[in-house]
Amino acid sequence: MKTSYQNPAAKNIRQNWGLYLLLLPSVILLICFAYKPMYGVIIAFKDYKSASGIIGSPWADPWYKYFLRFFKSFQFKTTITNTPLINIYSLTVNFPLPIIMALIINQMHAGKFKRVFQTITYMPHFISTVVMVGLIRIFLSPGIGFMGNICNLLGIEAPNLMGEASAFKSIYVWSDAWQHTGWDSIIYIAALSNIDIYLYEAATIDGASKLQKLRYIDIPMLIPTASILLIMRVGNLMSLGFEKVYLMQNDLNLSASEVIATYVYKIGINGAQYSYSAAINMFNTIINFILLITVNQITKKISENSLW
Amino acid sequence: MSDSVLRMHWQKKAKQRSTSDYIFNLVVFSFSVVILLAVVYPIYFIIIASFSDPYAVSGGDVWLCPVGFTLDGYKELLNHSSIWRGYWNTILYTVVGTFIGLAVNIPAAYALSRKDLFGRNAIMLAFIFTMFFNGGLIPTFLTIRDFNLYNTFWVMVLPFSVSVYNIIVARTFFSNSISSALWDAARIDGCGNLRYFFKIVLPLSKAVISVIGLWIAVGQWNSYFNALIYLKDAKRYPLQIILRDILIINNVQGALGTGEAARIALRLANLMRYSIIIVSTLPIMIFYPFVQKYFNHGVMIGAVKG
Repeated sequence: MKTSYQNPAAKNIRQNWGLYLLLLPSVILLICFAYKPMYGVIIAFKDYKSASGIIGSPWADPWYKYFLRFFKSFQFKTTITNTPLINIYSLTVNFPLPIIMALIINQMHAGKFKRVFQTITYMPHFISTVVMVGLIRIFLSPGIGFMGNICNLLGIEAPNLMGEASAFKSIYVWSDAWQHTGWDSIIYIAALSNIDIYLYEAATIDGASKLQKLRYIDIPMLIPTASILLIMRVGNLMSLGFEKVYLMQNDLNLSASEVIATYVYKIGINGAQYSYSAAINMFNTIINFILLITVNQITKKISENSLW
Repeated sequence: MSDSVLRMHWQKKAKQRSTSDYIFNLVVFSFSVVILLAVVYPIYFIIIASFSDPYAVSGGDVWLCPVGFTLDGYKELLNHSSIWRGYWNTILYTVVGTFIGLAVNIPAAYALSRKDLFGRNAIMLAFIFTMFFNGGLIPTFLTIRDFNLYNTFWVMVLPFSVSVYNIIVARTFFSNSISSALWDAARIDGCGNLRYFFKIVLPLSKAVISVIGLWIAVGQWNSYFNALIYLKDAKRYPLQIILRDILIINNVQGALGTGEAARIALRLANLMRYSIIIVSTLPIMIFYPFVQKYFNHGVMIGAVKG
């Protein structure tokens, strides 16, 4: 037969053509909408003009012109400090809280209270960012808000927190804690439910109290999961989701709330300075990549837990 | 140590332990009650405020139950056609988007779960690469424009329907829960890959399909960024964009002007902010308990270490 000395790879592909068919839609979409834009990144080095297209547009002179413009721009310092500051603040609050939450839920006996507790604490996660920021505004508004009412009760004048730059980061981080702590604890609950029950029984026989079991069984069991999530968070130190920050921004808090993502949006979509915006974004991606690799390398050195 | 001394020692220790455990339980219980109240109260407040007289709400009289019960906020919603158009658009985006999302991600996840797939690791790497790298806002925007998808229905449901995260979750489920012996048996019986996937794998995968379907649906329902960037026509706007105008930009139709009419309009506008939060979030809250039971079954563990 003609195919008898065909290599095993070709045979495998021919046999499993159905599987490749199943893969096809996602591969096409990724090529068109993930890989093609990656190629478009070169406009960061060009003077992009819509009429000439990506290839036809002339190279920027010098090639790092737009990067230089960002480094020299007025917003460089603001965005480059706000982004990691918000992330570090968020890390110190929203990294440990889900762990604590999981430890608390793990202490509850299976039953109605536990079920209700979990259902309710997961729920805010499903509220949209727009509604969430709407809620924040309703609660913090000095006129109609909850904050205002409490201040009235205490007889003090209600501050306009949404308009104060110094309050922005705290509002951002603690509203995140309210919304996502329950949901983020699921992963730790799953890790805790994998603990062998004999471990607890042995500890009970040895006379360990509940607190000691928590300290010497539960917490050590969470460390691998926690370190991987920590690496991922630190690796993302220089990136911050656009939506919530953008929705919470106003002219009064801009000095604390302008981050790289919102600046990229304003320059690119509102200002139509495509090359400049792409350059800022590219600079950010490179920093993120370096961070992720560095953090992964460090954790690999000091513990066995790493992403790769 | 004699026997009785030893026994006394143990009794003492057990007593200490039970006191410490008692305090521990008390601390845990009080913590959980405080957390529960902190999560529930804001949600509860929005619900009762939506049924209350807005003057009572802004005056600080509403704490535990509605004051001056009224449905005006909900009635006012009916007068805003933009809200209902947005609602309808969002339903369309959610239904079509969830269908496309499942149709794209679940088959890919299954194919990538098969160890005998030639080139599996390379393809997986190419998928994961897109999680960490992307062209960024502007190159992606230009691509969408080049494909003539800007300001169309399809831009909301098709280009970004591949979710590598969801693929990893589903792939982990397939590798752990669908035994490869099943495929061997089916193949000997002459069953092809496609028939096996549709007739055998899918019916066994209801849990993972439900969870991923819920994620995609919630993501679509709450999606706001894509509409902000890629839509121009107000008639295509999803609910979240309308919500932003009402809740955040405070751009309510009819709230302009002076005198008594304007005062009433302002009152309704304030009230409507509560009722629209309820109306826009309700569909998710209704569906959520049906799928919630799968969350703790560890469907998502594999996603941590891809």
